[in-house]
Amino acid sequence: MAQFTLPQNSKVTKGKHHPTKEGAQNTRTFLIYRWSPEDDENPRIDNFQVDLDECGPMVLDALIKIKNEMDSSLTFRRSCREGICGSCSMNIDGSNTLACLKSIDDVKGDVKIYPLPHMPVVKDLVPDLTHAYAQLTSVEPWLKTESVPPEGSERKQTPEEREKIDGLWECVLCFSCSTSCPSYWWNGDKYLGPAVLLQAYRWIADSRDEFTSERLKALEDPFSLYRCHTIMNCAKTCPKGLNPGKAIGEIKKLIAKR
Amino acid sequence: MKIKISWKKPFEKLLETGEVKSGFPHWWHQRISAVMMIFLVSWMIYLLISLSGANYFTAISIVSNPVNAPVVILFVAIGLWHATLGLQVVLEDYVSNEGVRMVAINLIKILATFIGAIAIFSVLVVVL
Repeated sequence: MAQFTLPQNSKVTKGKHHPTKEGAQNTRTFLIYRWSPEDDENPRIDNFQVDLDECGPMVLDALIKIKNEMDSSLTFRRSCREGICGSCSMNIDGSNTLACLKSIDDVKGDVKIYPLPHMPVVKDLVPDLTHAYAQLTSVEPWLKTESVPPEGSERKQTPEEREKIDGLWECVLCFSCSTSCPSYWWNGDKYLGPAVLLQAYRWIADSRDEFTSERLKALEDPFSLYRCHTIMNCAKTCPKGLNPGKAIGEIKKLIAKR
Repeated sequence: MKIKISWKKPFEKLLETGEVKSGFPHWWHQRISAVMMIFLVSWMIYLLISLSGANYFTAISIVSNPVNAPVVILFVAIGLWHATLGLQVVLEDYVSNEGVRMVAINLIKILATFIGAIAIFSVLVVVL
């Protein structure tokens, strides 16, 4: 059954306070989830006071500043810092998003930062996405064909055919959507989740792919696809403004037409 | 504590839980029955309003009407069908133990069949 209380070793405690240097005028409090596998301590919420006058505008800028200047042990993923790599997805101010695209000014009051919900934590803000990646691999997210490609040329699409994958190809696989989905929380072992299903539909909708029928057949069981109950947290939280719920609906429609 | 991230394990988990069952019929039946219920519930509301203030014999004659009686029977049958499908989803969502889940789903199906049989029999007794 669903578990409603946290196990004893998961109870979050109050952590350390890291004040900013004296004389800072424009400060903001960042409350950040900390947990390390290297000791047996419970997770804690550390309190960092950041001088915004000496910090970039985004939450990721603040995290980098904290790591550089206040606590080098703070652990998080980041790479491109411009919303393309999908590395810095985390739960900020109660919703999943990319830290590099979330402006500090958009958060009212203290900035609360947690790792993506309902995933095993590797350390601090780094979730273990191994299972999610394995699920992604299971939908074979690459072009599959049987025909021989035209000689000396790529496989072509009309502009209309190309338009069909707009709103799908932009996904950066940050898994903000999957980890915001209650169905994925409860049945993430078998339900593929919005991120992976959006990727599945990206290849189903691609006019060059020749395995649409096999792809649809692989999704058609009670758990892989049909755990989506159109809760739509996925579309609400997507930092790229995509709509995985719609992609899932399109897959259901195609299966109904079969 | 060491952290082991293995690729083999998540794949195994995906493979072992591969489903043979089909997901589409359940989803489709839930939608068909929902659309039917729009009509049937509206009709039942109309019927209940027209029964207000009626005495026993008028009520029986209204329910026995050749249009009303089948609607009442369909309302019970399709309503229970829709409820069973919905409860099955709830159980699949929240009961992770497969044994418990299977027993619960089947109990609900049996219960719905009983309730349906009793309700339809009662309508027939009144009508015939």
